[in-house]
Amino acid sequence: MNLAIDCQGLVKRFGTYTAVQGVSFQLPAGAIMGFVGPNGAGKTTLIRMLCGVLLPTEGKATVLGYDVLTQPEEIKQRIGYMSQKFSLYEDLTVKENLDFYAGVYSLHGKTAQEQKARVIKRIGLLERTTQLVSSLSGGWKQRVALACALLHSPQLLILDEPTAGVDPVSRRIFLDLIHQLAKEGMTILVSTHYMDEAATCDYLGFVFYGRLIAFGSPEDMKRKEAKETLDDLFIYYVEHEASDDPRNLVLRKGG
Amino acid sequence: MGRFSWVRFLAVLKKEFLHIRRDRASLIMAMVMPIGMLLLFGYAVNTDVDHLPTVIWDQSQTTDSRDFIASIRNTQYLDPDEYVQGYHQIESYLDSGKARVAVIIPPNFGKELQRDNGQGNVQVLVDGSDPTIARAAMSAVQMLGLNKSLEIQGVRLAARGAALGTNMPLNIETRVWYNPDMKSMVFNIPALIGLILQNVIAMLTSFSIVREKERGTMEQVVVTPIRSLELLMGKLLPFVFIGFVSLTLILATAIFWFGVMPAGSIPLLVILSTIFLFTILAIGLLISSVAKTQLQAMQMTFILILPSILLSGFIFPRETMPTFLKIIGGLFPLTYFLEIVRGIFLKGVGMEYLWQDTLILCAFAIVLVGIAAKKFKKNLD
Repeated sequence: MNLAIDCQGLVKRFGTYTAVQGVSFQLPAGAIMGFVGPNGAGKTTLIRMLCGVLLPTEGKATVLGYDVLTQPEEIKQRIGYMSQKFSLYEDLTVKENLDFYAGVYSLHGKTAQEQKARVIKRIGLLERTTQLVSSLSGGWKQRVALACALLHSPQLLILDEPTAGVDPVSRRIFLDLIHQLAKEGMTILVSTHYMDEAATCDYLGFVFYGRLIAFGSPEDMKRKEAKETLDDLFIYYVEHEASDDPRNLVLRKGG
Repeated sequence: MGRFSWVRFLAVLKKEFLHIRRDRASLIMAMVMPIGMLLLFGYAVNTDVDHLPTVIWDQSQTTDSRDFIASIRNTQYLDPDEYVQGYHQIESYLDSGKARVAVIIPPNFGKELQRDNGQGNVQVLVDGSDPTIARAAMSAVQMLGLNKSLEIQGVRLAARGAALGTNMPLNIETRVWYNPDMKSMVFNIPALIGLILQNVIAMLTSFSIVREKERGTMEQVVVTPIRSLELLMGKLLPFVFIGFVSLTLILATAIFWFGVMPAGSIPLLVILSTIFLFTILAIGLLISSVAKTQLQAMQMTFILILPSILLSGFIFPRETMPTFLKIIGGLFPLTYFLEIVRGIFLKGVGMEYLWQDTLILCAFAIVLVGIAAKKFKKNLD
C-alpha cells in the first residue's frame, strides 16, 4: 500500500511540557483523514511536525516518502497547508496573494499563469481577483486560502481547522471541494471540531492530551465502543480518558 | 541546504513593495517624518544665544551712559529695549521673564568716566535659570566692559601725552574653524541624518516583520519551501531603498533649504550611510524577533531612540560624560555615525580621519546582521 503519512512514535516536548506523546499511525494515499480532539490536545503541534516546520523530539515520520527530520524542504514543496486563520495578506488583492504564493512555490512564467488560471477556475474566484482580501467575507477568504494552498498541485493537503468561524453554506461548499480533490487522488489531513465533517472522513484519529487514543474508520470506531453517534463517542473518550489522566488526579487532590 | 531561488526572493520583494504602497502610514512616516524632524530641529532646537531682552535703569542720563547702552546693543547679544526706574520694576521684568538681563547705571557714571582716574560702576543682573543663556550674557557684558575700559584708558593716556601707550601688550586672536558662526543648525543638521535614518528604518523594518507574526501570515509562510535568506533579503531590501529615499530627502532639504553644504565628499557620505543603514536594519530585525505586536515593537524602538539621542553626542558632547555613560553611548552605532557624518559635513575630512569610526561601524554591521539573521532563522523554524 502506498502510504502518504507514516508516523512511528512521534514525541514533541517543549521544555518539560509534552505536547505530543508517542503518536503512530499510517495513512494511505488518496484518503481523507480527520483529527478530532479538544482544544490544546496537540493536534496543531502534530500537524506542524508533519509539515516539516517543527522538529519532533523523538520518533520518526515520513510524509509522501520523505523524512520530516532530514527532508523537510522536499515535504514543504509537495504539501498544501491552510490554517484556521486563513493567513492571507489582507492589504493585497486576491490576485496579488496568488502571485505571491505562486512565486514562493517557485512557479514562474507560463506554468505560474496556467496554475493560477486553473485554481481560479476551480475555486470560482474569477470575479474576485481584483478585490482586496480585507473586503471578502469569511467564506471567501477560506476559499482564497485554499486556492493559495493548491497552486503548486500538492499531493497532500493539510487543513488545520479550516471551517472554524465560517457560515454553514460556505462550509458545505468547502467540504464538497475537499471531497472532489480527494476523488482526484489528493490525500487530505484535516483537523476539525465538527462531527458532521469528521463523519465524512475515511479515517479518524482522536487526539487527547497529546496522544492518539483511537484511530480507524468512523464506522469501525463507533461499532467498537458501541456508540450511536460520533458525538457520543467523542464525549465517551474524553470522560474515559480524563478519569485516568494522572494530571487530573493531582488536580483533584490539590483541589 | 538548497539553492537561493530568485523566483521566491522576487515574490517576497514584490509583495513587500505592495505592502508599502498600500500602507499610507508607513509611507508618510518614511517621507514626511524626515523633513518634519529636519524643520523642527533646524528651527526650534537652536542653542544659539543672542538678542536677549534686556532692561536698563539709566540713572546717569549722560552722553557716556547712552554711548555705553549703544555699545551693549552693538554686541548683538543683548537688546536693551526697555527702560525702567528702580529695582522694583527690574525685579518684575526678571520675574516675569520679559527680560533676561538688567543693566543698572548709577547716577555718577558719566562723572566718574570724565574724571581723571575715576571708575564708573555698572551693575548687571542676569537671569541664571537657564545656564546657557546666563553664561552667554555674562561673557558678553564682561567682554564689553573690558573693551570699553581699554578704550577709555587709551583716551586718558593719550590726553596725558603718552601716545604710544595705546598698544596692547598681549593680543589673542581667536578664530573658529568648521562652523565659523557657531550656528547650532550647522552642527545639528548633519547629525539628524543619522538620527532620522535610525528612527524611521528601525521602526519600519521591525513593523514589517512583526505585522506578519501578528496577523498569522508568518505561520503560513513557514510551511512553504521558502528559505530564510530569501525571505530576509526580500523583506529588507525595500527598506534599504526607503532608507536611500529618506537620505536623499534629508540631504536635499539640508542643502537647498537650510543651505548647509557638506564640506566633504557626498559619495563617501552615501557609502558610509549604507553601512550605517545595515546596522539599523539589523537592529530593526532584532526588535522584530523579540516583539510580538507592533505596539511592542514601537515601544522598543523608543527605548532605543531616547538614550541614543542623549548619549550618542547628538545633543550633549560625549567628552564631558562620566565614563559609565560614555561606555553606554559607545554601544550605539549612531555614536560612530555621528562622528563620520559631522566629519564629512563640517570638516570635509575623508577616510584618512574616519577609518576608525568606519571600522567600528562595519564591525557593528557584521555582528548585528549576523545575530539578527541567526535569530530570524531560528524563529522561523
